[in-house]
Amino acid sequence: MCEEPLLIAEGLTKFYGARLGCRDVSFTLHAGEVLAVVGESGSGKSTLLGLLSTELAPSAGHVRYSMRDGSLRDLAELSEPERRLLLRTDWGFVRQSPEAGLRMAVSAGANVGERLMAVGWRHYGNIRGAAADWLGRVEIAADRIDDSPKSFSGGMRQRLQIARNLVTAPRLVFMDEPTGGLDVSVQARLLDLIRSLVADLGLAVVIVTHDLAVARLLSHRIMVMKEGCVIEEGLTDQVLDDPQAAYTQLLVSSVLQS
Amino acid sequence: MSEAIATERTAYNFAYLDEQTKRAIRRAILKAIAIPGYQVPFASREMPMPRGWGTGGVQVTAAIIGPDDVLKVIDQGADDTTNAVAIRGFFTRVANVATTTRTVEATIIQTRHRVPETPLNADQILVYQVPIPEPLRFLEPRETETRKLHALADYGTMHVKLYEDIAHFGEIATTYAYPVTVDGRYVMDPSPIPKFDNPKLDDCPALQLFGAGREKRIYAVPPHTRVVSLDFEDHPFAPQRFTEPCALCGATGVFLDEVILDDRGGRMFVCSDTDFCNGRQAAGHRGRLAGNPIESGEGADV
Repeated sequence: MCEEPLLIAEGLTKFYGARLGCRDVSFTLHAGEVLAVVGESGSGKSTLLGLLSTELAPSAGHVRYSMRDGSLRDLAELSEPERRLLLRTDWGFVRQSPEAGLRMAVSAGANVGERLMAVGWRHYGNIRGAAADWLGRVEIAADRIDDSPKSFSGGMRQRLQIARNLVTAPRLVFMDEPTGGLDVSVQARLLDLIRSLVADLGLAVVIVTHDLAVARLLSHRIMVMKEGCVIEEGLTDQVLDDPQAAYTQLLVSSVLQS
Repeated sequence: MSEAIATERTAYNFAYLDEQTKRAIRRAILKAIAIPGYQVPFASREMPMPRGWGTGGVQVTAAIIGPDDVLKVIDQGADDTTNAVAIRGFFTRVANVATTTRTVEATIIQTRHRVPETPLNADQILVYQVPIPEPLRFLEPRETETRKLHALADYGTMHVKLYEDIAHFGEIATTYAYPVTVDGRYVMDPSPIPKFDNPKLDDCPALQLFGAGREKRIYAVPPHTRVVSLDFEDHPFAPQRFTEPCALCGATGVFLDEVILDDRGGRMFVCSDTDFCNGRQAAGHRGRLAGNPIESGEGADV
């Protein structure tokens, strides 16, 4: 679809003092591509996501990103206003706990509209229209627009968080265990929704999960992490059907077969 | 110099604060004037009154007052309420300055919750008492983060509050401490004045100083500075409107207080600015419930 990569990670390393977060992670991500990062708890998945999304500063390595104007920029060199603008226009971040990603004290409509107001929208009717449109796209009833997310179920909150992130038409979305803590049927609906949105909007996604089924369903490529290092990467079906590394084989075989 | 201090050791320095403190506060004030709407931190002192009773305004007034100044103090528009009387008495005692209740005679007006109805002039300074100077506080509790938001002019979240108002009440329901943008740059809390007074801040010929004693901040709006209330294009800012005139002086287009008259729903609306109301009554204006001059004995030979 696009020859130039959207995001290039080079030798990303993070130490928390003497303790290793992740070491020497490199990859490229193209527009519209979904990359899953899998591994057990403590394997450095969330650290990697933090480094990519500029929430953490790397101990070594770079992340380069192709801005909307086409220029390739090192994220560490962005000024603070540029970084904030990038975070709330061209990127999204869907967190495991919707409470962390939502503003729980204000209504669903305001949650979706916040990014629009932050980038300068000043017409109430337009903001509300966009919010209503997005609530519809994530299957939240129109009459819930003025309700607080506190009155929403876990699955609805997660869908609201997705709407809030996608309202500015980002090109890249980070997802940290988006289906964590949801029951199986709600998970399935949410995955279905994410998959269709990703396909419709041509989103690039970096999704962190410990659930191989989620990775198989959503991602094109997969990276397996263990103890801070990438031990195997490749096309999702290839890695999951024919795992090479011993740890990946263990991971794949530990999934309950139906 | 040391001799003068030594002989009057027991007396207060002019205007209560020592000269070094006043210099420090003046520097903060100058910085605040240079950067309109920006909150300048200052070393707020203990004053002989509780914090929350206007210690910020009192310190600003103490730093700028001179022996020739004429001081007016208003509390909720009135000159005769506890806070106003106490602060006026304080400066009479520690600075021996003339005080007045008339807006036109005053050179410094310290205020809580109101801007006088009488237009101010270039020779006057309006000093506001501010409880919470940070307009972003209720959206962002971290001080480090609010400072960053101000530095980056990152004010999108202010509109989230206004959006919520319209979504729930059909209009912007914020009626006091209504946030404003000063000089196209900083978003500022105008202190808890009714939004009715917000338009008076814009292009005002008088210098406006804001002192927050507990929060240790001073900010300012220099004369003739653009002050714009935040709003949406399709829900523009609108000050309060009153359907009836003042019951005592008949004034319209002023901010009115509601006074309950009995327990059967009787009520009257009167000017919140007592000086303005008294001035109009002295000039012969009469409202619906103003005392009748014949009944009260005045003009008995008519």
